[in-house]
Amino acid sequence: MSEAFDIAQRAILAPVGLLQADLDQLLGQLAGSAVDAADLYFQSTRMESWVLEDGIIKEGSHNIDQGAGLRAVSGEKTGFAYSDELQFPVLLEAARTARAIARSGGHRRVQIQRSGSDLGLYQPIDPVTSLNEQEKIDLLRQVDAEARRSDPRVKQVIVSLAAVHEVILVASLDGSLSADVRPLVRLNVSVIAEQDGRREQGSAGGGGRQSLAFFLRQERAIGYAQEAVRQATVNLEAAAAPAGTMTVVLGPGWPGVLLHEAIGHGLEGDFNRKGTSAFSGRIGDRVASPGCTVVDDGTMEGRRGSLNIDDEGVSSQCTTLIENGILRGYMQDRLNGRLMNTASTGNGRRESYAHLPMPRMTNTYMLAGEYDPQEIVQSVDRGLYAVNFGGGQVDITSGKFVFSASEAYLIESGKITRPVKGATLIGNGPDVLTRVSMIGNDLRLDGGVGTCGKDGQSVPVGVGQPTLRIDELTVGGTSA
Amino acid sequence: MNQRSSVDVHTERSQRQAQLEQVVADLLAEAKKRGASSAEAGVSSDTGLSVAVRMGELETVEHTRDNGLAVTVYFGHRKGSASTSDLNAEALRETVQAACNIARYTMEDPCAGLAPEERMASEIPDLDLYHPWDLSVDAAIRLATTCEQVAIDFDSRIENSEGASLNSNAGLHVYANSHGFVGGFPSTRHSLSCSVIAQQEGAMQRDYWYTLGRAAEDLDSAESVGRTAAKRALARLGARRIATCQVPVVFRADIAASLLRSFVSAVRGSNLYRKASFLVDHLGATVFPEFVRIHENPLLPRGLASSSFDSEGVATLPRDLVRDGVLQGYVLDAYSACKLGMQTTGNAGGVRNLSIESGRQDLADLLRELGTGLLVTELMGQGVNMVTGDYSRGAAGFWVEDGELVHPVEEVTIAGNLKTIFSGLLAVGRDVDRRGSIHSGSWLVDRLTVAGS
Repeated sequence: MSEAFDIAQRAILAPVGLLQADLDQLLGQLAGSAVDAADLYFQSTRMESWVLEDGIIKEGSHNIDQGAGLRAVSGEKTGFAYSDELQFPVLLEAARTARAIARSGGHRRVQIQRSGSDLGLYQPIDPVTSLNEQEKIDLLRQVDAEARRSDPRVKQVIVSLAAVHEVILVASLDGSLSADVRPLVRLNVSVIAEQDGRREQGSAGGGGRQSLAFFLRQERAIGYAQEAVRQATVNLEAAAAPAGTMTVVLGPGWPGVLLHEAIGHGLEGDFNRKGTSAFSGRIGDRVASPGCTVVDDGTMEGRRGSLNIDDEGVSSQCTTLIENGILRGYMQDRLNGRLMNTASTGNGRRESYAHLPMPRMTNTYMLAGEYDPQEIVQSVDRGLYAVNFGGGQVDITSGKFVFSASEAYLIESGKITRPVKGATLIGNGPDVLTRVSMIGNDLRLDGGVGTCGKDGQSVPVGVGQPTLRIDELTVGGTSA
Repeated sequence: MNQRSSVDVHTERSQRQAQLEQVVADLLAEAKKRGASSAEAGVSSDTGLSVAVRMGELETVEHTRDNGLAVTVYFGHRKGSASTSDLNAEALRETVQAACNIARYTMEDPCAGLAPEERMASEIPDLDLYHPWDLSVDAAIRLATTCEQVAIDFDSRIENSEGASLNSNAGLHVYANSHGFVGGFPSTRHSLSCSVIAQQEGAMQRDYWYTLGRAAEDLDSAESVGRTAAKRALARLGARRIATCQVPVVFRADIAASLLRSFVSAVRGSNLYRKASFLVDHLGATVFPEFVRIHENPLLPRGLASSSFDSEGVATLPRDLVRDGVLQGYVLDAYSACKLGMQTTGNAGGVRNLSIESGRQDLADLLRELGTGLLVTELMGQGVNMVTGDYSRGAAGFWVEDGELVHPVEEVTIAGNLKTIFSGLLAVGRDVDRRGSIHSGSWLVDRLTVAGS
């Protein structure tokens, strides 16, 4: 972590001449005499993105964002101010504004120290410069060429590449000073295929906390192109999806968005502290079939949802949410953990310095079971096999959630027969997992493209699961 | 928190606008110096106050202050863009440099460039968008507290709350390009929202309401927002599923706006030239029934999306997008217009105050006309396929028989295709929801598939 500290010092503090003693003083001002918690969050983000369309490199953009968020917490009350200027007097003013909520003056003596551990889940690199411009452009063109080569029905190809270099520094009233350097890369391909006047789309992509060279290894980028084309051409043959309640088999990997929506959000600490979640007060209850174990794991190496430390400086961990079907725990940030008399689970995240942290997921997935995926499909007489999804949404309070399939097939007499159009699936979070009757042995994480939105804040996340058979789920097709 | 007189505020504002105009002028000069053949830049500066209360207690006070700057440079028909939140002189130079560096690697694109010079807005009328609210933190807290308290007191079954929040923002935006166009104006936006939870027999239902406007006096009262939120949450209690069926559907006004939004997306240039829309080549074609007129008025005084120029400096004008059910025009910026061999419609940055003309019926009339079917009051998820028009979303609402609400409904989906939803539109109510950039009354649609138990 000392490397992350050095980078944060150089990127954020040194240019404006801020010293560690200045941070002590700012925290002291922010805390006053009657504040329970306070933190300073410094962030510097540089992002570069490229778009290829119509076979040419059409657009590129470069973004720099830098600032500090200052928070003072008293009981359940939070005062917050932020600034994109980092000069000491500006920050001092922001500290006074933020602490006004505690309605107390005074100054507290605070001395922060660098905190120790580093999980080392990713290299503290700048992915923007991990390939040179020509290499980035060659990569995009290769993906485009592969998509067009794989099928003559492909009419439109859009490839985008993004790299983010984020450096954060958090100083807390408890005396800790933590830093993290977070690379994040992503490559997306979207295609439109046309046949006999019918057009369908397909998209694929991946990424993680990696250098851009990630896409060159194992022919990943080429693989995304082939996958997007495959999806689009499958959809050219798709018939109307069925409507009604039926057995659904979900493929491994990205369909894990089910877990994110159906149970993940409902187990975030803020909703449970307020008693507004359909899961409130249900620790120890059975909420899933025996064999279902679901975790939120921020400690996976190089994953999009992984963090060495969260945005409150707490080390990431692997939190068991459901163990063998029984609800075990919530995801907490510092504020909600304190108010619920428990510790933060390292899930305090924020979109940027201009946003307040709250409990958020990292990588959420279900552990593997024992069934061969083929056996699972064979067990279904009539149902839906859904393998690719777009996004989802949940009403935390009623527990109702949706997620939208973009590639699905009918299962008839234990066989996958024909493709059907995309359809939204809807269910009830607290009981959907009690209908899981078979768990595959093929746990897979998604490719690294997930973004989760909550209260207007977006953060990168991961999801995953093995193949699952769910005995009853409502499928929103048109064919009654 | 702001106790200064309004005269001081106005002076400060025009000074700030002059500063931002200088920033964009410097950006354009720097781009020219670096050899760009043309350039455009936008800069914005916003400040705001946001307070949230929950269960009668203050939860958060946020003071917001956001700056942003974006520049696009063109070297002939090659383009590069960059942005930053840092408005100091050195950051500006670095941002222009970053954009120029990008443009060395993008390729010749005949459509890349500024919008045509002759289309630049020549006048920037005052659209009455700036109404700062001299609101102290304490007064903001009081309003939010009242709003939530009214909701909680409304019924004993409202025992919990996600709280109420008040937001007040003032901003300045300036856009300029190397045609010599410079345009900017200040604007304000204030809102009050409340979200409460109704409980009955162990089941919880949450719903919310909000009011939004350019001026404080345009907002609904805190009491009325609280009451509406409470009524909406209570009405959901006892919700259950219904059997899978094909029935007529009414989309309540606040939900119907999302169908208009899908329409706008289908006629947006970026989707059309990519052939990623089910309305490709539909200009002049009948898309809706004959009674439908869809109108855009970018010059609406105090409108939430009003602007006399678009985000490329092009003058905006009121127009019909749909008249007598026939598609009259697309939603184009300069680039997508060029790709389609057409002219920009002044819609860079989106549509501004779009509305569908209402009939004479109110919601109750529409339900009577519906007879037996579903009233949709909430949609969930993103199941709209713009390429094919296929539509499948989660829904909640009310089962209706003989025009009367029978019971609330949840955990169902509605599915169809936007093309047939549009052509199957039977009536638009006069219960128009004017919050936001798209205004609509409730829609009665002839038939959709509802999937349930």
